[in-house]
Amino acid sequence: MSLVDFVVVVLVVASFLCLYRIGRGPTVPDRIVAIDTLGTLIVGFCVVMTLATGKDYYINIAIAWALLSFIGTLALAKYLEGRPYHD
Amino acid sequence: MTSTAATMIVIGVLFDLMGTIGLVRLPDVYNRLQAATKCVTLGTCLILIGLLVRNGLDALGMRALLCAIFILLTSPVGAHAIARGAHLSGVRLWEKSVGDAYLDHRQSEGSEDVHAETQTP
Repeated sequence: MSLVDFVVVVLVVASFLCLYRIGRGPTVPDRIVAIDTLGTLIVGFCVVMTLATGKDYYINIAIAWALLSFIGTLALAKYLEGRPYHD
Repeated sequence: MTSTAATMIVIGVLFDLMGTIGLVRLPDVYNRLQAATKCVTLGTCLILIGLLVRNGLDALGMRALLCAIFILLTSPVGAHAIARGAHLSGVRLWEKSVGDAYLDHRQSEGSEDVHAETQTP
């Protein structure tokens, strides 16, 4: 079992734990926390794709994904406060 | 791949796993938030630094370092926004929590937007 196999298996298990919290989570902020965590885990997946394939463009996808995940988290938190976006 | 880079990547992935176990096992939103945010942020940063150690300071390594710094800057901001939004939207703490300083602060200021409804976790 190589390093990439081990890392992929552990990250898939962690992602399924996040999906459990997204589906089960009793309140709305639980789901938002799990979505944010899943976005950070996908950055780790992009690094593992770089290691597995040797293609270096996956790290560009990781940077763009981190930016979009951050903006989405801020928008969801504003929605949670129940206030307009320009506040 | 050097053994240093492999060790850093494995430790980072195990940090990710611990954070998501905390996300499932802890009792309310705020505990889950601190487990998930701290462990998963530092775990992913450790994976990216492992890629930097593997490649050295070439184009790929510098982009990995940039992504690690970006995650370190933005993830606490997002977590703070989620926690503030959850508190303002009326999610209460776990019943065995010992104190709620933000609720005391808002009540002492006489803020008018202290919500009456309660979402039990």
